[in-house]
Amino acid sequence: MFNYFANPTRYLRLISKLQPIAMVVTILTIGAGLYYALFKSPPDYQQSETVRMMYVHVPAAWMAMFCYVGLACSSAVALIWRHMVADIVAKSTAPIGACFTFLALATGSLWGKPMWGTWWVWDARLTSVLILFFLYLGYMVLYNAFDEPTRGARAAAILSIVGVINVPIIKFSVDWWNTLHQPASVVKMDGPAVHPSMLTPLLLMAVGYTALYFWILFIRTRAELNANKVRALRIRQAEG
Amino acid sequence: MSPFFQVFNSLIKRELRLAIRHGADSWMVVMFFVLVVVLFPLGVGPEPGILTRISAGVIWVAALLSAMLSMDRLFQTDYEDGSLDLLVLTPQPLELLVLAKTIAHWLTTGLPLIIVSPLLALLLNMEASGYGVLLAALALGTPTLSLIGAIGAALILGARRSGVLLSLLILPLFIPTLIFGVSAVDAALTDLPSEPQLLILSGLLLAGLALCPWASAAALRQAVE
Repeated sequence: MFNYFANPTRYLRLISKLQPIAMVVTILTIGAGLYYALFKSPPDYQQSETVRMMYVHVPAAWMAMFCYVGLACSSAVALIWRHMVADIVAKSTAPIGACFTFLALATGSLWGKPMWGTWWVWDARLTSVLILFFLYLGYMVLYNAFDEPTRGARAAAILSIVGVINVPIIKFSVDWWNTLHQPASVVKMDGPAVHPSMLTPLLLMAVGYTALYFWILFIRTRAELNANKVRALRIRQAEG
Repeated sequence: MSPFFQVFNSLIKRELRLAIRHGADSWMVVMFFVLVVVLFPLGVGPEPGILTRISAGVIWVAALLSAMLSMDRLFQTDYEDGSLDLLVLTPQPLELLVLAKTIAHWLTTGLPLIIVSPLLALLLNMEASGYGVLLAALALGTPTLSLIGAIGAALILGARRSGVLLSLLILPLFIPTLIFGVSAVDAALTDLPSEPQLLILSGLLLAGLALCPWASAAALRQAVE
């Protein structure tokens, strides 16, 4: 399957079919999710209305990690099989993942002010997510730091694989250390600890964020492939 | 002695001899370390209470910065004069040659930092109970910094503005070592057991020994391709 989609034309054909689906799913689930989150779900008995921050914060944090795993996996594929499309996917994932990470940090900070009484604490969860953000930035800077584009792609791919070590640290930071951040309450062995009235909008938003990621990814990868074509044409033109 | 260990030893010897002959590199790292630490009493004020409180953190952050500063020389000169190509071409596994270079790098830059750190702890008015743990934590932590830094040093070969780039790549990865290094000393200063932190630092070192040379070697291979 990897080999099949190593051909950019086949990949483009696939994403031109998937892109409208991703768009529709994004609009429907985020629309419905926001409606449930803002109007249909009850205020929390302790946090009252501020609990609604959860519906934008938690999916963003999930996506920050999801994008990083996607970035590392496609980097590994690109590195091992010299897979051109996987490299483009990795390159296009990085800025999206960085945005989700920033969103998670920013909404978390806004939520932390009324709940914890502070914008920021240096506990394990927050610090490890901040490291994740720096890893994304490092990846993007390293990718563009070389005159020869393939060198940058391979160096950045190695960096992203090294950084995978941070993902389990983020996931388990709330269990390994005593943190102010609350432990996992949705993905647990004995079922979610969140009431269905709050779980519904949360999961809707999670699906919506995921679809949004793929939607943006398809647009970005197409743009990258076109930019590559333009570069190749320019070089050919310059060579006469 | 197997041919592999001959290469391993001669590589370490070569690095040490180079470091001794242009000794400036090691001295500069130590000077930088001392100067950064000396800036703090001038910056936050010379009150002994404050200095005692921040001593462990200041020494660790300065050690981190000095380690990072010395890192870009690790492969850069070999890359420029072509000896890196020869290293990659030797029949011995590149991972272990990278380890040899990293060990030599730690001996010439990490070890001097550990040796001068008690003096700096004295300047920062650290309490006597912290010295032993500070030395132990630095002894366990600085090799980890060298191992992680080697990955960054290998990745940036041939890049534009490599110095700034290196700090962006490896400082985030240094953070776990910093956290446990400082908390070990702080625990000792508040009469709490510091073994857990020292054990975690040892764990980081062992994991780094096993994994980092592998990533650095992969980065070197793609750099000389």
